[in-house]
Amino acid sequence: MIEPRRVRVVHPRTDAASRGPLPPAVPAEDAGTEVDEIYLRSLIRGQARLALLVVAATAVLLGGVAVLGAVWPAFDRTRIAGVPVAWLILGVAVYPLLISLAWLAVREAERNEDDFRSLTGRR
Amino acid sequence: MSPALATVVLVSVVTIGAGALGLRRTRTTGDFYVASRAVTPRWNAAAIGGEYLSAASFLGVAGLILAYGYDALWYPVCYTAGYLILLAVVAAPLRRSGAYTLPDFAQIRLQSTNVRRAAGVLVVIIGWLYMVPQLGGASLTLSTQLGAPRWLGGLVVCLVVLTAVTAGGMRSITFAQAIQFWIKFLALLIPAVVLIGVWQHRTNAELRYPVAQARVVVPVDRDTTVRLPVDERLTVHGSVDDRPAGGPVDLTAGLHRLGAGTTVTLRRGDAVPVVARLPANTRTSWLTPLDSGIPHPLYASLSLILGVCLGTMGLPHVLVRFYTNSDGRDSRRTTFVVIVLLSLFYLLPTVFGTLARRFAPDLLLTGNTDATVLELPGRMLGGMPGVWLGALVTAGAFAAFLSTVSGLAVSVAGVLGQSLVGERRALRRLRIRSFRLSAVVALAVPYVVSLRSERLGLAVAVALAFTVAASTFCPLLVLGIWWSRLTDAGALAGMAVGGTLSLFAALATLAGRDPAGWPGAVLGQPAVWTVPISFAVMIVVSLASAGRVPDGAGRIMLRLHTPEAPVAGGR
Repeated sequence: MIEPRRVRVVHPRTDAASRGPLPPAVPAEDAGTEVDEIYLRSLIRGQARLALLVVAATAVLLGGVAVLGAVWPAFDRTRIAGVPVAWLILGVAVYPLLISLAWLAVREAERNEDDFRSLTGRR
Repeated sequence: MSPALATVVLVSVVTIGAGALGLRRTRTTGDFYVASRAVTPRWNAAAIGGEYLSAASFLGVAGLILAYGYDALWYPVCYTAGYLILLAVVAAPLRRSGAYTLPDFAQIRLQSTNVRRAAGVLVVIIGWLYMVPQLGGASLTLSTQLGAPRWLGGLVVCLVVLTAVTAGGMRSITFAQAIQFWIKFLALLIPAVVLIGVWQHRTNAELRYPVAQARVVVPVDRDTTVRLPVDERLTVHGSVDDRPAGGPVDLTAGLHRLGAGTTVTLRRGDAVPVVARLPANTRTSWLTPLDSGIPHPLYASLSLILGVCLGTMGLPHVLVRFYTNSDGRDSRRTTFVVIVLLSLFYLLPTVFGTLARRFAPDLLLTGNTDATVLELPGRMLGGMPGVWLGALVTAGAFAAFLSTVSGLAVSVAGVLGQSLVGERRALRRLRIRSFRLSAVVALAVPYVVSLRSERLGLAVAVALAFTVAASTFCPLLVLGIWWSRLTDAGALAGMAVGGTLSLFAALATLAGRDPAGWPGAVLGQPAVWTVPISFAVMIVVSLASAGRVPDGAGRIMLRLHTPEAPVAGGR
């Protein structure tokens, strides 16, 4: 692959930082239009919704498993191939579920950003 | 040289060698601190995994599973799920903030030097809280595997880390950390596969209590109260219940005191007495959710989930590494790979903990359950295969101490170094030299504390550091990234209240001063109340000080969420 470009690292309390503000991620000439800012605010709302959704899904998944042990007695007595199903869930099955959620989170967040890029024509 | 010693030396040499290799390539301060952002997601994810998998994961989790069973499975699950929250809520915006430490984020977002200083203090506190059990684990490893004195293991780790860190800085660490993830993974995977194979060739009678599988002599090095689950005749040399003993003794079910210097010889088939601070679980209670003898188990599980999942984003050594991603998108992809790697790794401690319940139950007698992973290969195999697999897990454990401690040392030393020379326009060389001096301080303090620290399970002690992070940095990051009305006053108040409460609870538990019953449970797992309090204080004080919203907060917020323009000539 192409050797990534070297980028100057600026620390806020070094002399470099005191020379002036960091350049904004949005180039100034691009960020000027009001329409762009409206798109950007809608992107932020979309990403916030996505973040909330993923956090809620994680909470339901983990909290659900925790509460299941308290309210459903058969949870720990059911067995598959001699292994209690409770152990299969918390010891093994939880991980692919977390990975799937993470994959969804990455895909949706990138989709939101791609939509934003195509709307603002910044490709 | 014994195989275990050889592997410890090998891992140390590789770590220092990678540091020296990095030194040749370190050219600027940027290289030194954050590898000049020239690291790909896959390397970076392995490096995050390498840095993150500490003594708690490598040794502690298996020990907790041996003692507590099902309820301890929450630790590895939460250690993984924390990255999902980090991915969803902070990964990309944090990278786009341009901050490479938490104090930097505080200053960039809130334009306040005071918030920066407070965040710096918290980085040092959380870093030290996290380092103490690592160094304790190192001492444990060298003393169980090599018979070294207890002060030696932590010292060796400190010296190796100091050499590697001061030589190469961050660039060297990225490569060393990535390699160390794979060392740790293989060091558990290979023994796990072999041990599962061995286990299938043995009888599998269902036992009600942990029972010794072979003759084993257990030295008791301090006064210990144990609980015997059933009446049993045990061979004891030393003292039992303050009476001298020199052979077989009939003991009733219940509590017994063993004097310091006593040895207990368990024969095959003997029921194993369990140290009183651990529950004497039956087979059923060990397997059953919420039945492991942890007081108020549902509360404890939920609070652990909250504290660890939200605390991950506030770990100083983890966040630094996100800055080495080239942009926000890479930052998310890196986190995804981290979750995959951790999911693979955390299947393994469960295997060790479960096998140990059967083949190394005598660890419950002394409560030295953190040695589970180290002891199990020798117990199950014996002979040279046992010795060599034992050496392999020792190498993995050492990789765990070195990687986590070096990551934390860099973060803590970074804060200390900047506070030493940051006020003036320091020369580049002076800045690097102060970093090296700070690294010495960053390591010396937790080492001294680790010599005197009480023996709480490694994974439990580390979870307390997560809780402090969840009660301070989590609200700062979440509100800082998603709420434009956060003020410096609100951030300071929230971090002060959340930090004080969670630190108080953590120190009370670490010092063994936690009371019994509900108050003990509430102090032992404080996240359920400290995290919401911290969020609430931060929000309320920010609203009350609305005039202090920094100029340009809106512009900064927009920047955090703006996708980078594609790099010319890049992907």
